Amino acid sequence: MSILTYALHYEGEFNKNSLGAVSEGAKLAEELAEELGGEAAAVVVGGEDLTDELCATLGKYGAAKVYRAKGPEGLAQPVVDVMAKVVQDNGFKYALFGGGLLGFEIGAGLTARLGAGVTMEVTSVKAQDGKLVAERPILQDSAIVDVGYVGEPGIIIGRLNAFDIAEGGDGTAEVIDVDVALEDHSTKAVMVQRGEQRGADVNIEDADILVAGGRGLGKPEGFELAEALAEALGGAVAATRAVVDAGWYPYAAQIGQTGKTVAPKLYLAAGISGAIQHKVGMQNSENIVAINKDPNAPIFEFSDLGIVGDLNKILPKLTDAVKAKKG
Amino acid sequence: MKICVLVKEVPDAAVEKRMDPNSKRLDRSGEKNLNPFDTHAIEAAMQIREGGAADVDEIVAVTMGPESAFRALHKAVSLGADRSVHLTDEALSGSDVCATGYALAKVLESESPDLVLLGQQSDDGECYTIGAVVADHLKMPSLTQVIKIDVEGNKLRCERQAEYGYDTVEIELPGVISVGDAINEPRYPSLKAIMGAKKKQLDTKAVGDVGIEADRVGAQGSQTEVLGINPPPQKQSGEIIEDEDTNETVEKIVAWLDERKLLA
Ligand SMILES: Cc1cc2nc3c(=O)[nH]c(=O)nc-3n(C[C@H](O)[C@H](O)[C@H](O)COP(=O)(O)OP(=O)(O)OC[C@H]3O[C@@H](n4cnc5c(N)ncnc54)[C@H](O)[C@@H]3O)c2cc1C
Ligand SMILES: Cc1cc2nc3c(=O)[nH]c(=O)nc-3n(C[C@H](O)[C@H](O)[C@H](O)COP(=O)(O)OP(=O)(O)OC[C@H]3O[C@@H](n4cnc5c(N)ncnc54)[C@H](O)[C@@H]3O)c2cc1C
Repeated sequence: MSILTYALHYEGEFNKNSLGAVSEGAKLAEELAEELGGEAAAVVVGGEDLTDELCATLGKYGAAKVYRAKGPEGLAQPVVDVMAKVVQDNGFKYALFGGGLLGFEIGAGLTARLGAGVTMEVTSVKAQDGKLVAERPILQDSAIVDVGYVGEPGIIIGRLNAFDIAEGGDGTAEVIDVDVALEDHSTKAVMVQRGEQRGADVNIEDADILVAGGRGLGKPEGFELAEALAEALGGAVAATRAVVDAGWYPYAAQIGQTGKTVAPKLYLAAGISGAIQHKVGMQNSENIVAINKDPNAPIFEFSDLGIVGDLNKILPKLTDAVKAKKG
Repeated sequence: MKICVLVKEVPDAAVEKRMDPNSKRLDRSGEKNLNPFDTHAIEAAMQIREGGAADVDEIVAVTMGPESAFRALHKAVSLGADRSVHLTDEALSGSDVCATGYALAKVLESESPDLVLLGQQSDDGECYTIGAVVADHLKMPSLTQVIKIDVEGNKLRCERQAEYGYDTVEIELPGVISVGDAINEPRYPSLKAIMGAKKKQLDTKAVGDVGIEADRVGAQGSQTEVLGINPPPQKQSGEIIEDEDTNETVEKIVAWLDERKLLA
């Protein structure tokens, strides 16, 4: 077999980034059909909600087979046990993951278990001399390295939203149950609560204009400045993980790798440094405006308009000026 | 309880990092410092010690790196570690994640910790993966990006943000935890601690001292290979306004937004 892709699911639905990865795996397996000698497959681990029907839908994204194992959800190590066995029993040459968090942990665990090479934050995969080569942006996206694999399997962990979902027709995947005895240590982490939504339930995905605030707002009350501007512009307020983790703003407003992906007409970032994990959730916005007091902040590398200055001075006046202009 | 904290020496934040086109490795000349993300791991260890829910006998800082990396260990000790271990050997140079994780697991094995703490990422390689690699070798439960740890007997109750919101996970010790930078505000070392750091025990180990198979580490033992380094796709750089007169700045922003019909 050729490429094995991990498909994450939650409450009876597959993760969009996983579907992108399954599509990418199928595409690559086809491109390298001769060298890899087989179709792409997916692997799922979980409980009763992984029904035959649900698993078979992965065929639509190009998976010929779906290996299904019973196991706890939301934890990486049980999936490492399952994937190590499926890779070894079937001779998979690559293991692929979409962006997110668990993929990093599972991929890393597999690296150790199988003595395999790993590349993370991969934005593109190409075929070269019959092998896969991963492209990885490094050092704040200032360069891109081409990474090749010495042995097998090669482990590829994608960046969030790197792989497009491709619904390739009406295929249904063959579902194969695998029975894997979990390693002792894989049973020593227990999920107590999963997917807790901290803070109010706000809707930012439908907004055409987002004013996003980061640690540069200084304190929870700093968000009042962002809210006032958003109101004047007729938009909503978004946030970074740093301020959500600090309890300054609700999780539902978070943009990025473990938050939401948005592409509004205007994304105005105030006091946000522009870390990769934030960028991946908003880089497709039509217009990006950034206000930051540090002229070297990475966010200026991908903004259309950058203002170097103190947001405490700029935001209130900007709100007034927008109000005046809109009348 | 014995805690080992993994720390790494990285180029100082003020240094513009670049790849050396010849060696295809990071250019490590210039100022170096302790990886800022690792100071959160040391602080987490200190808070477990001071929190009283566990008896912490020892906090040991462990690094793998070139000779100069002892300075990162001194800094780790000034922040609270009791002693440190430096794995350094020519054979390790050029190790990828697979090789680094294996080598670190071997040093840790020789220390038999109850808890291994790491940072969420290194400031240079940004691979986010060493914790999970080390844990699989040590056969210990593990979590990354943890922002809250409560000790309850021989268990840790951990919280972190994952794909669908916040997860609370209980792990049984011994275990491996990578902490997120929101977990704490690292303290500043006192002058006394900085001066005293050089006098604390620092053990230097070579590959053979901890049973590392030399053919599994270094550039030779690595499973990935950098084939090329390319510039990112050219993007037209945006307009920049330096805010000097805020009224003027705001006027310019409004005009810019208006031109793009964003004030309709
Ligand atoms: C696995 C993983 C997943 C992650 N997921 C996400 C995610 O989903 N979303 C996300 O956002 N992050 C995520 N992160 C975190 C990310 O790496 C950054 O830490 C985070 O985005 C930083 O948030 P920030 O920009 O608010 O804070 P900082 O990086 O601290 O930036 C604050 C900025 O404010 C500026 N500033 C300060 N004061 C002022 C002022 N008065 N006026 C103007 N500017 C000022 C500073 O110059 C600085 O640039 C993730 C990280 C990891 C490892
Ligand atoms: C720009 C760049 C890109 C790279 N890309 C890849 C790649 O795609 N695949 C690959 O296999 N390797 C890659 N490497 C090599 C890799 O960075 C090293 O093997 C490195 O030692 C481990 O990765 P990290 O430091 O990024 O770890 P991370 O997983 O980001 O580090 C997390 C934590 O692990 C601990 N830690 C990490 N290294 C050490 C150490 N030497 N000693 C003690 N504790 C440590 C620290 O607590 C740190 O906070 C890359 C290196 C660079 C400079």
